[in-house]
Amino acid sequence: MLAWSRGTGVGQVARLHHLYLTVGPARFRVASTWRQPLDQLAALYKDYPASQDGYADFTVRLEPEKPWRRYIRPSVHISGDYWLPDAAPLPLNQSLLAAEMGMNLQMALGWRRHLLLHASSVEKDGKALLMTGLSGSGKSTLSAMLAEKGWRFMGDEFALLNPDTGMVHSFPRLISLKNEAIAAMQAIVPDNRFGPLMKDTPKGDIRHIVPPLDSVNKMADPAKPALLLFPRFGYDPALRDMGKSEIFVRLTQASTNYVALGEVGFRALTMFVDTVPVKAIDYQSADQAEELIDGLWGELS
Amino acid sequence: MMHNAQSLVDALREPDTVLALDGAKWADLISIARAESLVGSLAHRLADIEVPKQVEPILRDAIQATDLARQQALWEADSARRALAPLNCKTVLMKGTAYVAANLDVGIGRSIGDLDIMAARDQLPAVEELLLDAGWEWVKQDSYDDQYYRDHMHELPPLIHRERDRMIDVHHTILPLTARPTPNAVEILNAAIKLDSELYVMAPADMLLHSVAHLFADGDLAGGLRNLWDIDRLVQQFANEDKEFWTELATRAKLHQLERHLERALRLAARLYGTPVCEDRAGKTRFADFLYVRRLLARDGWGRENRKFTRQAFYIRSHWLRMPPLMLARHLWTKWRKG
Repeated sequence: MLAWSRGTGVGQVARLHHLYLTVGPARFRVASTWRQPLDQLAALYKDYPASQDGYADFTVRLEPEKPWRRYIRPSVHISGDYWLPDAAPLPLNQSLLAAEMGMNLQMALGWRRHLLLHASSVEKDGKALLMTGLSGSGKSTLSAMLAEKGWRFMGDEFALLNPDTGMVHSFPRLISLKNEAIAAMQAIVPDNRFGPLMKDTPKGDIRHIVPPLDSVNKMADPAKPALLLFPRFGYDPALRDMGKSEIFVRLTQASTNYVALGEVGFRALTMFVDTVPVKAIDYQSADQAEELIDGLWGELS
Repeated sequence: MMHNAQSLVDALREPDTVLALDGAKWADLISIARAESLVGSLAHRLADIEVPKQVEPILRDAIQATDLARQQALWEADSARRALAPLNCKTVLMKGTAYVAANLDVGIGRSIGDLDIMAARDQLPAVEELLLDAGWEWVKQDSYDDQYYRDHMHELPPLIHRERDRMIDVHHTILPLTARPTPNAVEILNAAIKLDSELYVMAPADMLLHSVAHLFADGDLAGGLRNLWDIDRLVQQFANEDKEFWTELATRAKLHQLERHLERALRLAARLYGTPVCEDRAGKTRFADFLYVRRLLARDGWGRENRKFTRQAFYIRSHWLRMPPLMLARHLWTKWRKG
């Protein structure tokens, strides 16, 4: 018998550079045609646990949209184990953003060990504060700000709800700041924790911050969800109660894998909604938000 | 870095082979299996193997995902049954949904996407109307595509359910009307087997032949490893359970004009998955088998398709098989003008 199928042969696609990253419970293998995004990731994630054994939960790929786009007006196409058919490519100077989007995409479409809530989260005394809302609600900025004021940062993109224990697990990737939030955070976070400024991305100007070292070191520690907020930026400061059915429906919309988990997701979410206090919160400045949050947190038993 | 999908084929055929993998090779294997939609089947195949603890949750996830896919597929099938009940005609489930509805080994861990059903051609307008009434709607609005489907394809243009967001493909035969073999759709419906649910699945030989037709004639062999794994599982189970299976298969292959296709599929399954096949049905090895194997294994450890030339050749070939030259030219011209 011929050894047909072994060996390499002509028509191989270009070789990829790669890097391993562990964020919370998820291990990523990021492969890229270009070194640039990997060098940036390596620098920004230098304090994260290094994976030595080669295992990965997900592979992310960053490749030219067409072969010639490796050199001519390079454009980065995001794919991997899980991918979306209509994902728009990004220019090479936004390849760090592409890598982050690629990792988020794997989590959103492929992660099944937790119910994923599109929410930021911070922890104090073993209890977690979650913030969810539409883009522009300020949930990411609020979590970044609280992380500089004594809270442990757990994540600004996904809160991972364990369906068996009801605990929230940390997914503390880089904090993604947009537009005005960049200048606001520059006032309180040292320069050496900032990534490159990426202008005019599909989401506006973006700059990443490395989370505080403490939150990276404790990224394996879960916390008990104690309060969920729906922040809204730009309105007079106010707190409102919300009905459980509204909360439930909004969280199904805020979850990327609620449907994919089937009954497990339903049970996890009903348990969450039944046990965790919730408030809608309007604010016009970070100070106002902090004051409201401190007040609510103090009232928790 | 793995340069082809051989490790996946090895793991499916002989689960012990994974014991030799290190961490990076496991990462390759998982990416390849996900890209080939075989990660659920792989996870089940490795159920009795002691895999590294880093891999266990990945395989468990894959099993849970396909368990849910099975449940959803059966629900979709039942929704279609309810919608079509007034018609009182045979509704035959096809592919993945049929495998799980009939509780076949091939359904274990299989990924399932759209719901595929088959009904008699003269019933199609009524089927279409009932599905539209029950909440399905057209996916494509384009009138060229719509007319193309109706004139030349073996199925209605795809429909999607407006609430559940799930697609249904309604077939009246198993190959496009423009393809060279002409399977006997009436005979397939006549021989179909009724399940407890009142839905039907194809009889064993027809079911295997549909899988064969699907592998070769209805595509460019993308996802071919999964289709070929279906063929392996079907052959192993049917040949085991029924001594007359190979004889029946010969009769039905002739009836559906799929003898050559069947031979090649069996040779490829035997070569890649070690499927025990009846030599009279598989025929002699041909040179082109080599190209098929190259094409089927064209995926690297990052999960990327490689061997571009081989793939391109199969893509052109898939269109060539599907339509006569003049029609192909007209089709590509229209598609090109529309951008």
